[in-house]
Order: sequence, then structure tokens, then C-alpha cells
Amino acid sequence: MATPATIHAHAPQGFIRKYIFSLDHKVIGMQYFFLALTAVFVGMFLSLLMRIHMVWPAAVLPLVGEIKPETYLSLLTMHGTIMVFFVLTTAPQGGFGNYFLPIQIGAPDMAFPVLNMLSFWTTFVAFVVIIAAFFVTGGAPLHGWTGYPPLSAVQSAGPGEGLGADLWITSIAIFCIASLMGALNFITTTLDLRAKGMSLMRMPLTVWSWFITAILGLLAFGVLLSAGILLLMDRNLGTSFYVPLIVVNGQVLGHKGGSPLLWQHLFWFFGHPEVYIAILPGMGVTSQILSTFSRKPIFGYKAMVYAMLSIGLFGFMVWGHHMFMSGMSPYSAFAFSILTMCIGVPSAIKTFNWLGTMHKGRIRFQTPMLYAIGFVSLFVSGGLSGPFLAQPVLDIQLHDTYFVVGHFHLIMGVAAIFGIFAATYYWFPKMFGRMMNETLGRIHFFITLAGTYAIFMPMHYLGMAGQTRRYSQFTEVAYQAKLIPLQTFITYAAIITISAQLIFVINLFWSMFKGPKASDNPWQSTTLEWTTATPPPHDNFGGVTPVVNHGPYEYAVPGAPRDYVMQTDPVSASAH
Amino acid sequence: MADATLQHDAAVGHGLAGAYEAPLFGAYSKKVGMWLFLASDSLTFGALLFAFSYNRISNPAWPTPFAVESITNATIMTACLLSSSLTMVLGVLAARRGDRAWTRNWLLGTMAFGTAFIVLHGLEWTHLIDKGMTPFANPWAPSVPQFGGTFFTLTGMHMLHVTIGVIYLGVIAFRKWFLPVLAAIWIAGYFLIPADNVFHYGIHALGIGLIVSAIILFLKPKVYDAHDVEVSGLYWHFVDLVWMFIFPLVYLMSTKI
Repeated sequence: MATPATIHAHAPQGFIRKYIFSLDHKVIGMQYFFLALTAVFVGMFLSLLMRIHMVWPAAVLPLVGEIKPETYLSLLTMHGTIMVFFVLTTAPQGGFGNYFLPIQIGAPDMAFPVLNMLSFWTTFVAFVVIIAAFFVTGGAPLHGWTGYPPLSAVQSAGPGEGLGADLWITSIAIFCIASLMGALNFITTTLDLRAKGMSLMRMPLTVWSWFITAILGLLAFGVLLSAGILLLMDRNLGTSFYVPLIVVNGQVLGHKGGSPLLWQHLFWFFGHPEVYIAILPGMGVTSQILSTFSRKPIFGYKAMVYAMLSIGLFGFMVWGHHMFMSGMSPYSAFAFSILTMCIGVPSAIKTFNWLGTMHKGRIRFQTPMLYAIGFVSLFVSGGLSGPFLAQPVLDIQLHDTYFVVGHFHLIMGVAAIFGIFAATYYWFPKMFGRMMNETLGRIHFFITLAGTYAIFMPMHYLGMAGQTRRYSQFTEVAYQAKLIPLQTFITYAAIITISAQLIFVINLFWSMFKGPKASDNPWQSTTLEWTTATPPPHDNFGGVTPVVNHGPYEYAVPGAPRDYVMQTDPVSASAH
Repeated sequence: MADATLQHDAAVGHGLAGAYEAPLFGAYSKKVGMWLFLASDSLTFGALLFAFSYNRISNPAWPTPFAVESITNATIMTACLLSSSLTMVLGVLAARRGDRAWTRNWLLGTMAFGTAFIVLHGLEWTHLIDKGMTPFANPWAPSVPQFGGTFFTLTGMHMLHVTIGVIYLGVIAFRKWFLPVLAAIWIAGYFLIPADNVFHYGIHALGIGLIVSAIILFLKPKVYDAHDVEVSGLYWHFVDLVWMFIFPLVYLMSTKI
């Protein structure tokens, strides 16, 4: 083994090698975190513009002016893409996974540090490219984050479908490569760099969730990469993978014989696992926090692991439920429907295990715990509408309505965001060495939770009443115009909720510099990151490799001197 | 922390107990990394093969133009790749017993077979393009432009992988001494290939390969050991295996009867 002296000599001293092109997984994790933080504010700003335009179509806004219907389509495309790729994929996995996976398994760094650095900077390039799409001629693309052809495959199909759409696809392809590099690194690290005693069934559930997420990413992003390459060829080389014989603006284009459904198959083969890529790390963090703040072992550890594994496995077999409206055979739809509803089983196992963990616990209602409970709440609320959409007979009615928008925002959007918030409040002391403000945290939590329900619950009713998504205005159709008051309510709720996020930002940056100093283990938690210094040294454990003697969630062990047993405590610390 | 990782790998490679749990599949990190890359790459190729099959099934007028010359040529290419797998195995075995000279020889043989494959395939492409086949048109079935599109996408992606493989093996076998050879082939190719040929521009892939290899060799100027040879062998065999799907699907199923 490397001696402590050689490892410390390895720590870079210059500013650029230390903070910009760092090989340290902790610095790279922070870079991912701040990239996602930037992205989430861009995405939120876009959604705010959309909400305002929907209710006051003629409003002339400062900075952006009047929003035209096609601008509205650009806004929803970029909102979806930025949120899904650069926030929900980047923050939980790239950010917290990068920072804490190696520490939680007792490794000094990722298995491939250079690859890790490359994957961050590739993600950064992808972000720059997609932001550039706003500023080119014609503006950002119109085709939504799913990019369905022919709209996305034909240059002349709309104002944003020129260079803007090319940049969009290029950014997605670059992001795929970055995610593949990251996923490869995560899996290898988990397989090969676990400290002595860290057997698979002693890994914290956070590590399991990042590990399974990485497997999903490894298998899903390669398919999207191919799909994106074919789409770029259709757009720029004149091939006809996705485009049939088509007339655009009165002109017959040169394409013939292609199938738009091919894109839908390839995209959703990636797209459905992507949903779990966003939500699984949140599940891991929630499990970790619920156990810590209930002062109880996680209820059904192994069931949690197998539930996550089966959610990952099922994730690859259900992509067809996004395509019930595409004219697929009713027999295929039936199979996809059954498999989709099967996902309810492991999801319910997880939910009841979370409740079982809290049951009769000595719960500490601190901000991370509030967000973890909020995650469970949103997961249930958003999840219950899943079985509706999983059935073709109902989905044909609800497809492309606000019901779908409400469903996926609750479960994949805001639930995952709550996971990110929980992780931020929980790990902030370890990352920055200071505590976040509790009062601000609680205010932020209650406004955000109430605001989230106020925004997304009414959308289910809008959808059932037949309000279609992706329409910029509702004044033209009589039955849709009647629903505008509810849309107005949602807009007010959105404005309040988005404003409340400033509390989080203030808390984050104020605490970073002025918060009270954090001890090494402020939450009295058990996993390896709390055994090392705050913030952790360059090699995580100061030249030693920890030896693990305990499972990850040994709280309230009978006969133990404290109400928690750290993973590195000697064997005699517990009575059994 | 690369040092710790390397020492950990060395410990695992020699079966020593380190400060870590035994790796789950008993493999050192680089090997696991390569296997994982190949898993994701097989999904990337899988998506392209799916696109091919989907288009083929949905277009009943799919042409079957490959006459005996094309099939013979593709069979020779297949033979080249299969032979290269044999030489690769021999190279890995030589590296494992520490025989540097023969490792280099067998890798050189593998590269020669790989290069022969690329050249033959390049001639085939040129021939087909001369006949009027492009990614968006073909002379045999004008209503099925997907024939050219899928052909050039699949074989192009594969050819890119073989090219990367040859450069990869060259760097493993000859390290920095491979760079001038690569540069010479790149520049010679650019001037020798006529300007109206697609490979006049395609040859710049070698230039990109040259830059990337130079950066890697500059950052990590090490002597590659038996593990590196084995890992490069994994990649090479995978590229062979992909061809074993492309050859029957693209060529044999479109034979002129």
C-alpha cells in the first residue's frame, strides 16, 4: 500500500489542478453539484416564463419581451432537457454520488480519476452546447425533450429546428458519452475498491442506489447515443431512418420510407430507465436519512436492495407504455401494461419499508429528515397515478394531458429534487465543514412542499377535464378556456414556490461561509464518511484504509455504549 | 490516488490480500472497466442493429444486390478479422509469459490483419459509392434509401472501431515509436487518396487518433504490461464479434440470388 507520505505528496497544490482540472472525486462532485445548481435555475426560470405566458399570453416581460407560441415550445423543450439531463441526472449521481460513493465504501478515490475528470468536463461542454441553442438563428428547438421526429428530424419544420436542434442533439450525444464514462467509473469503483469488511450487504443503501443507477446509465445511454447519431444523419446527411415521405410547408422533401416510431422505440428504451436514473439516488438518500433520524436500523435492508435491483431490471422492459398511442398491437400494449404495473410491487416494498423504519422510532425532525419524509410523500402521491397511466384504456384518454404532466413532475421531477435537497442538507456539513441554518431550512421545506402540491395536484384534474399539454394558450377552445382559473392558481403557486427557492440559495451560500462549524459527525450517523475529518482530506481517510466491522444502519443496538454503532467500530462495540 | 489504485490492481493481479475486499469478479479495475465499456458499446451497436432490422422488416422492397465479388471480398475481410483474433490470443499469451519480442510480433500481426480489413472495406465502399450507393440513395431500390443508410452507418461505425483498435494496439505494442508511423500513414493517405474519395477526408480520423495517443502517452509514459495487452485484447475480440453480426445481417442476407 501507498504510505501516507506518498499519498499526501500526491495532493496537487496549484489552483488549476486543485479546483479546476482536479482528479479528486470530492472536487469533481462539487463541480457537478454547482453545474446542476446553475442548470436548475435556468430550468426554473424557463418554467416561470411558461407559467406566466399560459395565463397572461399578451404580457410583455422584461428581458424576454412578448412570448410567441413557438417561443413557448422552445421554452418547454429546453426546460425539460435541462432539468432531466443537467439536474436530475447530474446532481444526485454526478454530484453526491461522486463525492460520497468512494468515501462510503472506504476508497481513496474513484477507480479511474482521470476518466472522472473527463466525464465532468464533457458534461460541462454538453451544457455549454445546449445553452448555445438559445442564441443561434431561429432559437432553441421546438420538439420537446423527447425530440419526436419528423418535427425533430426536418430542418425546415420550424424556427428552432435549424441550428438550434442540431446543437440540442449534439449536446445530448456529448452528455451520453459523459454519462457512460461516469457510469463505468462508478461500477468499477464499487466492485473493486471496497475497504476490508465492506461486503456487498454492508454497503449503505446510497451506495447501492448509485451502483444500480450507474448500471442503468451504462446500458441506457449507449442506445440514446446511437439514436442521436441517426437523428443527426437524418437532419444533415439526408438519410431516412425516421422520416417517411413528407410534405413540409408545401414542399415534398427527399426522405422516404423511414419510421418515426423507430425513434420512439430507441428513445424510450433509454427514456424509461432514465426515469429511474433520476429517482433511484433519491431513494438511497431517503433510506439513509430516515434510518439515521429515526435512530432505527432501516426496515428490511435486503428487501430494499432487491427492490432497487428489480426496479432497475423492470425499467428496461416497459418502454412501450410511453407508446400506447402509437398504434402498437394491443397484445404488446397488454404485455407492457402488466410489466409496468409490476413495478408497483418493489415501489410499494420500498414505501412500506420507509414507513416501517419510522414506526416507533425516536424521530429527530431536522431539515434532512423533513425532506426525506417529503420525498416519501411525493413518491406515493406521484406513484399512485402511475397505475392509471400504465393501463392502455385509461392512458388513451389521459395521454398528452396535464394528468401526465402532474404525474411525472411529482414522481420524477420534484421527488428527485426533494432527494437532492435532503442530500444537500444532510451532507452539507461534511462537504463544507459548516452547518446549514435549521430555521431557514424548515421554512424552505414547508413552503416548497405545500407549493409543490398546489402546483401539481390541480394538474391531475386539468388532465381529467381534457386539458392538453404543450399548448401555449387555452383561449381558442371553449372547454379549455373554462379551465384557465385553475391554471392561474397554479401560476401563482409556482411564482411563490420558485421565489421560496431563494431561501435555499441564501441558506446555502450564507452557511458556506458563516454557518457554525460542523463536527465530524453532526447527525450521529454510522457510515464511513462520518468517521473521517470534516471536510475529508485529499485521500479521504488520512493515509489509512478503514476496516469495516458493522452493517450500515446499526442504530439502537441493545447493549452498545451509544445508540449508534459506526461501521468502523470494533466488533466488541455491539452485544451480538 | 491513481497510485493507490495501481498498487491495489497490482495486489489483486498477483492474488495478494490488500487493504480492500476481494474484487467481486476477481478482476483488476482496468479489465472491469473494459468489460463495462464493451457492455455499453454492445448496446450502442445493438441500437444500430435494431434500426437496421426495423427498417429491413418495414420495407419489403429491400434490395439484395451483393453479387459474388462483394461476398468474396467480405468473406476475405471476415477471414482477416478471425485470423487477427488468433494472433491477438497468441499476443496475450506471449505477454503473460513475459515474452516482449513475441508480444510485439503478434500484436503487429493483429494490426496487419486489421489494416487489411480496413483497406479491403475501404475499396468495397469506394466500389459501392461508384455504383451510386449513398447514405440516402441506391441504384437497386430507389424507394428504400434505408439500404444505403443502414449499410454505411453500421459498417462505418464498425470500421471506426477497427481503426481505433489498430491505433490502440499500436500504442500498446510500440508506445511513442508508433506515433511517427501513424503520422506518416495519415499524411501519405491524405495525399495518395483521390480528392473525390470519401476516405480523402475519412483518413483524418488517424490525425485525431494521433493527437489523442500523443496526449495519453505524454500523460502516462509507462511500459505496458501483460494486463494492458489483455485489456486491449478484450476490445479487439469485441470488435471481431460485432462483425460476426454485421456480416450475415448486412451482407449474406442481401446476397444476389
